Amino acid sequence: MENQIFELQYAMDTFYFLICGALVMWMAAGFSMLEAGLVRSKNTTEILTKNVSLFAVSCIMYLVCGYSIMYDGGIFLSGIQGGEDLVSSALAASVDEGFSGGAVYAGASDFFFQVVFVATAMSIVSGAVAERMKLWAFLAFAVVMTGFIYPMEGSWTWNGDAVFGMYTLGDLGFSDFAGSGIVHMAGASAALAGVFLLGSRKGKYSSTGAVQAIPGANLPLATLGTFILWMGWFGFNGGSVLKLGDITSANSVAMVFLNTNAAAAGGLIGALILARILFGKADLTMALNGALAGLVAITAEPSTPTALEATIFGFIGGMIVVLSILGMDKLKIDDPVGAISVHGTVGLFGLLIVPLTNDGSTFTGQIIGALTIFVWVFATSFAVWFALKKVMGIRVSEEEEHEGVDFSECGMEAYPEFVTQ
Amino acid sequence: MKLVTAIIKPFKLEDVREALSEIGVQGITVTEVKGFGRQKGHTELYRGAEYVVDFLPKAKVEIAIGESLLDQTLEAITTAANTGKIGDGKIFVTELAQIIRIRTGETGEEAV
Repeated sequence: MENQIFELQYAMDTFYFLICGALVMWMAAGFSMLEAGLVRSKNTTEILTKNVSLFAVSCIMYLVCGYSIMYDGGIFLSGIQGGEDLVSSALAASVDEGFSGGAVYAGASDFFFQVVFVATAMSIVSGAVAERMKLWAFLAFAVVMTGFIYPMEGSWTWNGDAVFGMYTLGDLGFSDFAGSGIVHMAGASAALAGVFLLGSRKGKYSSTGAVQAIPGANLPLATLGTFILWMGWFGFNGGSVLKLGDITSANSVAMVFLNTNAAAAGGLIGALILARILFGKADLTMALNGALAGLVAITAEPSTPTALEATIFGFIGGMIVVLSILGMDKLKIDDPVGAISVHGTVGLFGLLIVPLTNDGSTFTGQIIGALTIFVWVFATSFAVWFALKKVMGIRVSEEEEHEGVDFSECGMEAYPEFVTQ
Repeated sequence: MKLVTAIIKPFKLEDVREALSEIGVQGITVTEVKGFGRQKGHTELYRGAEYVVDFLPKAKVEIAIGESLLDQTLEAITTAANTGKIGDGKIFVTELAQIIRIRTGETGEEAV
């Protein structure tokens, strides 16, 4: 009888992981639509191609070696068992953990849940370098980021490995529940390194220092993308509870969903209000960025805050993102979709507020963790971008940038007009 | 009174607008158009099938101008819109029979 309960728990926890993984996969559609909506029409096909391709590259590279580096899963997932002894070893593990202990679930579901996080981290980069980067240079970077850079910092954080044998972040009080730092700030760090070497879009910053607006071509898509990300985030944070099959876990999952939603709502309102104050109008694109900022802010710890605290954290994140976007433009760092602000600046904020509601973490731990992640990802990314720049160049020519990268990289328009057929 | 119609490269629009403001031209009308002259388009592939992109995006700028400013206007546009590469565009000057300002009813040179 006890075995049957364990089997049910196993099935439920595996199922939960798979559904959450599917929700996070859906975030790839969210990023695609958001970015497609915020770039100009002549660059839409290219950014969509970039998004679908990076998702595929992430899945494959993580399968080849990323999962092995991060979780010792074996090259080509050789560490995930198959066959008859799966059942007996799972039951043995369940008995070990007991009903209320750590979740026991299918190894394949663990990979599935993890791989979609890699794709999320990678897709953050695509927005910041939009409209002027060579597609294939980006994909070459994606291979290294998803196969090596991200898995390394993931192994030091979620897998608890020592950082090059020097220190263990968990012991220092570092805590990042679903990845404000590990996924979001990491993606933003890679993006920042790329943007430094890439330069801003032609015409974005005039010689007098004025910032030129380059409006997105499709705000309905951008809005759709944001809502898709919002929904997918329930899987992102919810799945990170890692277990559903007992009352404590189920309550935790419910709280995580609730807080995730509350933070998004708070973030949107925070950004909307600040934009209204600063610009006099309701800026939709800031509101959308605000919702995402709220989500990033709560991602480091969505289970311990109260609903009100989560809303407030999100609200502050929403305001931070508006200021960060303006600040980036002042520093002449061109980020067409605000990715570095949403995921980097607010990712850091998300890490730093964890100790406010979680006694198991410390401010010093969070700072050391943030620095570790940032320095590692930024430095290695910079090296890879630099190498790519030397070998193949990372920026399209001025001519190609004027015509639109849809033509130079993809050979087709997203919104063909004047068709003569 | 003349109607000056200039077909220029779209990214030169701001430069042309500034140049016209500098010489005192007060109003222009802009249309997004597509076209080609001697600048050829290119061939692209869509799912393996070839198609020709003949029509290139251009900006059409129309200015109603009095005789006194005509030469300066032509000079300003030519200088501002020039890149030296094929596809810079053309300017057409046509006679304007009548101009009327709708708000006040002024006609002729006063309505420019």
